[in-house]
Amino acid sequence: MTPYQFKPKSRWREFLGEKFIAVNAFAALIAILLIFIFIFKEATPIFTNGEVQKEASLNKMTFKQQFQPDKPAKWSWQPNSDLPKYSLWPLFLGTIKAAIIAMLFAAPLAIGAAIYSAEFASRRMREIIKPVIELLAGIPSVVLGFFALIVLATFLQDVFGLTYRLNILNAGIALGLAIIPIIFTVAEDAMNSVPTSLRDAARALGANPWQVSFTMVLPAALPGIAAGVVLGFGRAIGETMIVLMASGNAAIVSASFIDSARTLSATIAAELAEVVFGSAHYNVLFFIGTVLFLFTFVINLGGELVLQRLKIRFQGKLT
Amino acid sequence: MTDFVTTAALNPPVLVFQPKGRGLIPRSLTLTAVIIIIAMLAVILLNVLHGGLGTISWEFLSKPPEHGMEAGGIFPAIFGTVFLVILMVITGVPVGVLTAVYLHEYTSPTSRTTRLIRTAINNLAGVPSIVFGLFGLGFFIGFIGHGIDTTLLGVEKPVWGQPAIIWAALTLALLTLPVVIVSTEEALRAIPRELKDASYALGATKLQTIIRIIIPQALPGIFTGAILAISRGAGEVAPIMFTGAAYYLPYLPKALNDQFMELGYHVYVMSTQSPDIEKTKPILYGTVLVLLVLTFLLNFVAIMIRSKIRSRRISV
Amino acid sequence: MLRLFSLISVLLFLPQGAMAGQITVKGSDTMVRLCQRLAEEYMKSHKQTVIQVSGGGSSSGIAALINGATRVCASSRLLTDAETRTAATKGVKVHQVVVALDGIAIYLHKSNPIADLTLGQLRDIYTDRITNWKELGGPDRPIILYGRENNSGTYTYFQKQILGGEDYAERCEPLPGTAAVVHAVAHDVNGIGYGGIAWATTIRYAGIKVNDSAQTVLPNAANVSDRSYPISRELHFFLNGEPTGETKEFIDWVLSPAGEKVVVESGYVPVRAK
Repeated sequence: MTPYQFKPKSRWREFLGEKFIAVNAFAALIAILLIFIFIFKEATPIFTNGEVQKEASLNKMTFKQQFQPDKPAKWSWQPNSDLPKYSLWPLFLGTIKAAIIAMLFAAPLAIGAAIYSAEFASRRMREIIKPVIELLAGIPSVVLGFFALIVLATFLQDVFGLTYRLNILNAGIALGLAIIPIIFTVAEDAMNSVPTSLRDAARALGANPWQVSFTMVLPAALPGIAAGVVLGFGRAIGETMIVLMASGNAAIVSASFIDSARTLSATIAAELAEVVFGSAHYNVLFFIGTVLFLFTFVINLGGELVLQRLKIRFQGKLT
Repeated sequence: MTDFVTTAALNPPVLVFQPKGRGLIPRSLTLTAVIIIIAMLAVILLNVLHGGLGTISWEFLSKPPEHGMEAGGIFPAIFGTVFLVILMVITGVPVGVLTAVYLHEYTSPTSRTTRLIRTAINNLAGVPSIVFGLFGLGFFIGFIGHGIDTTLLGVEKPVWGQPAIIWAALTLALLTLPVVIVSTEEALRAIPRELKDASYALGATKLQTIIRIIIPQALPGIFTGAILAISRGAGEVAPIMFTGAAYYLPYLPKALNDQFMELGYHVYVMSTQSPDIEKTKPILYGTVLVLLVLTFLLNFVAIMIRSKIRSRRISV
Repeated sequence: MLRLFSLISVLLFLPQGAMAGQITVKGSDTMVRLCQRLAEEYMKSHKQTVIQVSGGGSSSGIAALINGATRVCASSRLLTDAETRTAATKGVKVHQVVVALDGIAIYLHKSNPIADLTLGQLRDIYTDRITNWKELGGPDRPIILYGRENNSGTYTYFQKQILGGEDYAERCEPLPGTAAVVHAVAHDVNGIGYGGIAWATTIRYAGIKVNDSAQTVLPNAANVSDRSYPISRELHFFLNGEPTGETKEFIDWVLSPAGEKVVVESGYVPVRAK
């Protein structure tokens, strides 16, 4: 048996090798920066170019505009019109509505299921639940959108007698299905990593399994559960295909949750094909992309900070 | 003063549990949540199976679409998806693996660099998929592709500065980078220290250890990451909508700057823009079924490899 | 060895320049089925030409023509002033070929009792002035508006001709293709939609009257051909400059009797009146 011997190699190779690896490692960092730079770059004419500002300026996109002299000022998204209108508020509202419906639907189900799986389930049940969640996670969003468009919309309309077949409730529920696995996985992980000493202590004091969970495990796992919820929310804000196919895409400002709505991401997906490069509409779409990027960036960062704070409070840890 | 002891005895600590039954209500509530989730998954899967099973046949999988998508098969979409995904893996997995190796071997967990890279990875994972599509359009096609056309090739008509399978693949590689990094890191963490120590003891340099020992040991984990990336990439539509996917191509993509048909994109266009939704419904369902089976199979293989690594490691 | 293999495989994948005889047709969703059929038929008899068809809406086709991303643009409307200006600044000489005639049909659910509409009523419906079917003599139910996304030539044409340039009601649901509109109306008793005439079996067409006292005209091929249907329109191909080479051969074929046969089979009306 020959011993595993290493031939002595030059220092140069070592150095180059390490630098090569390091360069690759910064890829993720560079990517994030590049994404921001290039998307924002295509949106800058909104702030710098006078021609573009006649159509779409920051002011025009945020506040109600008086488009016709005899009608009241309103928000309106109609980019393909003799007088193009670029109010972003209807799109914002649509995005928020979709995300809220998704969270209201997904969070209770996912957290409930995670509690059951971590605290009550027998080993056999756990072996069923885990693949189910992984299966759900593996469904591509376009398939969920397809399901919502063809099956769920008809079901909801029949059961609830809705006026609009494609509406934000339809999209929100399908969106919820997409984020259940995210919340479940993180929440379950958090509960499983609570040290057994805490559970044993509670048991020793006479608690039944639910009391153990409620008084010991849940408070300790709260940072993790919160992180899962935040991650899910971020995903719901950015999701494109499901809302594109299932929400009806009407850019209206309404408080109702069964009206049709248009989200920021679906707007980009629906309209990017038809813009001439360099037109005002093109700039606005990239501006929406920048807004989406910053939004999710802030949510992610915020989630991490919340996580740190809660961890210190509940677990006394610093990492 | 003496009452201290009596007070403590008469007021026992708060954390004492009153006997309360077995906590059946929370148990059944959370069980209901599980059942609802399982039921919804079952409805989706059964619906797709019901609608699509009748369409699946060898002809469906091997022939191109005919007669305005009302007949024929989806072979070009399957081919396009496979080609796309292979390109994505070739370009993305090495970068992800090297990133994980750098984070694990060359830096300490608390250093500034590590935290910066980790934040970048976390945020990359959270970027909406349509923003990746915008980036693909603005950077890969508009900047790099256009740049190649004007500076290297000096042509007027776009050759590289237009939607192409290579740009779509690069965009997807970026999107799935975090998946690869996380899987590889998991694999690296599982390598026992003794192996690395033995290698150093025999005189190997860090680079040699990485190339000869660490990466081969981590290979199954890297595979898992690649497979999870494939499964994610095959399903994403928003990033490829503007970077190369097409609805109907009478040819298969051969060159790197060709456009391509793709399963997920096909599902999207057929659901929303197909010429006659009722007539194309069977093919639509069939395509969805093929896409689902593909993704599930990939996930299943990844899970199998992962459990095999874990069992093998224990025996070692 | 590995290096040699990778080098060879990279070389194999390099672009082979523009493929011999490759034509891209991009644009109108209304025309996408027609274009596909034309392409299929043409390629049967001209094996060395490859025609690639994609939809995306007339506006995206025009944008692609201006951006230089397609050779032929299929469009169900004419260029806007803004687009003509942009084309001029980018040095694109737009050449127009009328390929077929089409009408915009108004879709109603099969159980909808309304038989016909005037152009004025149509305008009021889509600008939110008439919101309930009972105002048209139907049941007391809200009118649900379905339309196209703003990248569609049909959207723009309808807006110009029927709405007189006014904006659509905000609650009109934009759908990405004619088929989606048909599907939506077919599943919605209260729905109304618009789109090309060659599309539907699952919904009813509404007859159109120019005004209250005129005759009701149904959207069929005969009425479009002699222009008695009030909402008829032309379907175009736009090119950059005069067509040459394989493109010219293809365009000539499309306008020939062989091409017209495909147009008729697809449910549209050929350009030359019979």
